[in-house]
Amino acid sequence: MFFALGGYSLGMYLMRAIGRDGVYQSHLPDFMVFLDWKAYPWYWSFTDHFAYALLLVVLVPGLLALVFGFFAFRSRIKGVYFSIITQALTFAAMLLFYRNDTGFGGNNGFTDFKRILGYSITAPETKAFLYWLTLLVLVGVVLGCRAMMATKFGRALQAIRDAEPRMMFLGYNPLGFKLVVWTLSAVICGVAGALYVPQVGIINPSEMSPANSIELVIWVAVGGRGTLIGPVIGAVAVNGLKSWFTAALPEYWLFALGAIFVLVTLYLPAGLLGLARKVAGKLRRPAPEARKVPA
Amino acid sequence: MRAWCAPLMLFVLCAAPLQAWSALDAAVVKLLGSETTDERIAAIGQLAASQDPLAAALLRGLGEDSVYQLEDGRLLIVANDTAVDAATGAAVTPVPEARDQLIMNNRLRKVLESAQAGGKLLSPDRAVRLAAARDLQTSAAPAQLPMLREARAKEADAAIQTVLDLAIASASLRSDSMQDRLGAVLYLGEHGGAPAKTMLNPLAAAGVGAGTDAEAGLRTAAQAAIAAIDRRLARTELVGTALQGLSLGSVLLLAALGLAITFGLMGIINMAHGELLMIGAYATYVVQSLFRQYLPGAFDWYVIAAIPVAFASSALVGMALERTVIRQLYGRPLETLLCTWGISLILMQTVRTVFGAQNVEVANPSWMSGGVTVMEGLVLPYNRICIVIFSLLVVVLVWLLLNKTRLGLFVRGVTQNRRMADCVGVPTSRIDTLTFGLGSGIAGLGGVALSQIGNVGPDLGQSYIVDSFMVVVLGGVGQLAGTVIAAIGLGELNKFLEPYAGAVLAKITILVFIILFIQKRPRDSSRSRAAAPRHPHDHARDRARLGPVAGAGRRARGRAAAGAASRLSRRASDARVGLLHRVVREIHVLRDRRGRARPGLGVRRHPVAGPRRVFRAGRLFARHVPDAGDRP
Repeated sequence: MFFALGGYSLGMYLMRAIGRDGVYQSHLPDFMVFLDWKAYPWYWSFTDHFAYALLLVVLVPGLLALVFGFFAFRSRIKGVYFSIITQALTFAAMLLFYRNDTGFGGNNGFTDFKRILGYSITAPETKAFLYWLTLLVLVGVVLGCRAMMATKFGRALQAIRDAEPRMMFLGYNPLGFKLVVWTLSAVICGVAGALYVPQVGIINPSEMSPANSIELVIWVAVGGRGTLIGPVIGAVAVNGLKSWFTAALPEYWLFALGAIFVLVTLYLPAGLLGLARKVAGKLRRPAPEARKVPA
Repeated sequence: MRAWCAPLMLFVLCAAPLQAWSALDAAVVKLLGSETTDERIAAIGQLAASQDPLAAALLRGLGEDSVYQLEDGRLLIVANDTAVDAATGAAVTPVPEARDQLIMNNRLRKVLESAQAGGKLLSPDRAVRLAAARDLQTSAAPAQLPMLREARAKEADAAIQTVLDLAIASASLRSDSMQDRLGAVLYLGEHGGAPAKTMLNPLAAAGVGAGTDAEAGLRTAAQAAIAAIDRRLARTELVGTALQGLSLGSVLLLAALGLAITFGLMGIINMAHGELLMIGAYATYVVQSLFRQYLPGAFDWYVIAAIPVAFASSALVGMALERTVIRQLYGRPLETLLCTWGISLILMQTVRTVFGAQNVEVANPSWMSGGVTVMEGLVLPYNRICIVIFSLLVVVLVWLLLNKTRLGLFVRGVTQNRRMADCVGVPTSRIDTLTFGLGSGIAGLGGVALSQIGNVGPDLGQSYIVDSFMVVVLGGVGQLAGTVIAAIGLGELNKFLEPYAGAVLAKITILVFIILFIQKRPRDSSRSRAAAPRHPHDHARDRARLGPVAGAGRRARGRAAAGAASRLSRRASDARVGLLHRVVREIHVLRDRRGRARPGLGVRRHPVAGPRRVFRAGRLFARHVPDAGDRP
């Protein structure tokens, strides 16, 4: 959902950048012409400034995550319940954006972008630039997170992950830590959405569906939980597979995706990275006596 | 224009009965050929009031666009290359070439329809009469009054009588007699619905007929009548909304009840639950197709046959899932979520491959279509009623199963304290499978119900999964009554919010409401929880049992007292202890699989680790599993 929110924030700028080149030659986006709106609603104000749109990319998902996270973490909702209410929130937001009256183009969303910062959005140079920019941001984010994990703050986070009650008994309040990292992840996700939209050229509410959120989780699970490079590996692996499958065997892609979900959770709880580590460990020294797990 | 129209109609009213049976009045026929729509409407009104078969033929011809005008003004009805003079009924041969078709505009057609309805009022077929009366209910013209009164006098059917009374009242509303109009207003105020209101509105408008006292009185009466109708409409709407909410709630209940068991009791987040609903719906479809092919005579009863089939197929799929996949993941809820999501994708794609991506058609059996009219303007479809009853039945059955059977006892025992239940000989692993199968089977039942009210397609489950989880979470995990209340409550809330906020906003409001609600009562989803609060009734019963039980055998008395004591102790301190008492009491002697009695408790030690390990350790007669302390 935060992904889509970021996407929508930049989408608003891109829609305004279309100017009068739309189908109806109006200064309003086409969907507003359909609805017979005469002016932009208030929340569209200033979105024609690129810098403000970028600010929104960060602020909208961030603020929403902050408020939601505050309520959720304060009452110590976690695990299953947390995932259920985040799904519910996503679902609610999706329904909201599907409405035409919300002012974000209903189920068509935003599309038909023309230019960004004055450059044509379909030009190969722009595309190449966006691609490199995305890669740069990715590397930056991974390195940034890595640096963060090395700090005292990062260590506290890991401690909370491993044993939250113990942290509380030690006198730390996990609320702040969790809130910061949760908001941060929402912001990163919003940035990702903002990078996605100009490249794909469309943003619509289906990006917000609970199914998509769960698919994101499986990327992480495939790559390997608890690591920073894992999600990168997982996202690349799953999407690579998706591209190949939808081209070669479109009928079976959902079977394959389903099988990935099942197999990874059953047999690769640590993901590809965990598998790699295990293999590397076995190669380095002779297989240690298999731990007796009554399994 | 209306000014001269009215006397004209009055003239016709007197004239029409006189000159019937011989030939149509040439003036009327000429009027029909006139250029202005108003005159032609007047002519149709006259024809409608006449009893002449020629008039009926002419009206029918107008409806079929087969009436032509000759240059001398005569009208012809042309059908199959034969022409008949409309006024005399005489055949005209050869069919003249120079003729103009009478063009009917929409206004004329509407008048024509109500005029023709007049003729049908005397039809021997009840359905035709009712339909005709309905047509006339709002559109009857004053000219038709005598005909309507006659039909009303002859009518024996109460339902048609009511409709005719309304028609007479609405026709009198436009009549010239102030007395008639006042009477009509009063009648409509007492019995009319929404259409009557639109008819009364012009009468009640300020400024109309401010002249005479009589008209002012009429206006006051009309205003009072509108107010009365409004009150009645509001009441109807309230009841209607409540019933719709109940219907939606029962659908939600059926969808969520299975989840209340798998998620509520077992703590498994089964994202494939929606797909189990879908399997139930498709099972219904298959049963329907089989009936259509092999037992067309008994087609109406396929739904009954589909119920066990759907239950069994969903339950089997569910049990297979539990055996193969889900049991590997006990105690890891988030992994379960991902894994079952993957399963749901696979199931959906399987159904798509087998049945196609399009929705399939599941027809209502004939006894389920139609509806019962609860009050004026409020019809309750039979399929909705059936679902409400069906969901109540299912709830009662589930409650009985969980609370009155041995299986239910085991299920609750395993839910409350898996390790202890395992220790006293409950086959926890089999109970897990059965419980999951039960939840899945109930989802299949929900699928049968859903197939009767909506589309059956591969995406069926997706649209219900979020709602189902909401119901279970809101209702309180592991509580059947809570689930029922939550489902009905959500249904009602949704339907009552809809008129104010629109369907989507109502849904969003509810989701936000639920999110806020969970804030207030966070619950860990661990699988051992205290039992639900007890009903005051039970306490009274327990106290009675603890007292001296005269006459009863010592053993029976002792058992009753032990049960009561355990229940009281449960109230006093730890709920689980009480349940264990009961488990022990009911099992009497521990037996191994072959039925041989075996030594009691404490033979085997269980690892202290998480539920998964205990689960793995299997049943009481399984091998000895060393716990951490046994390891060298």
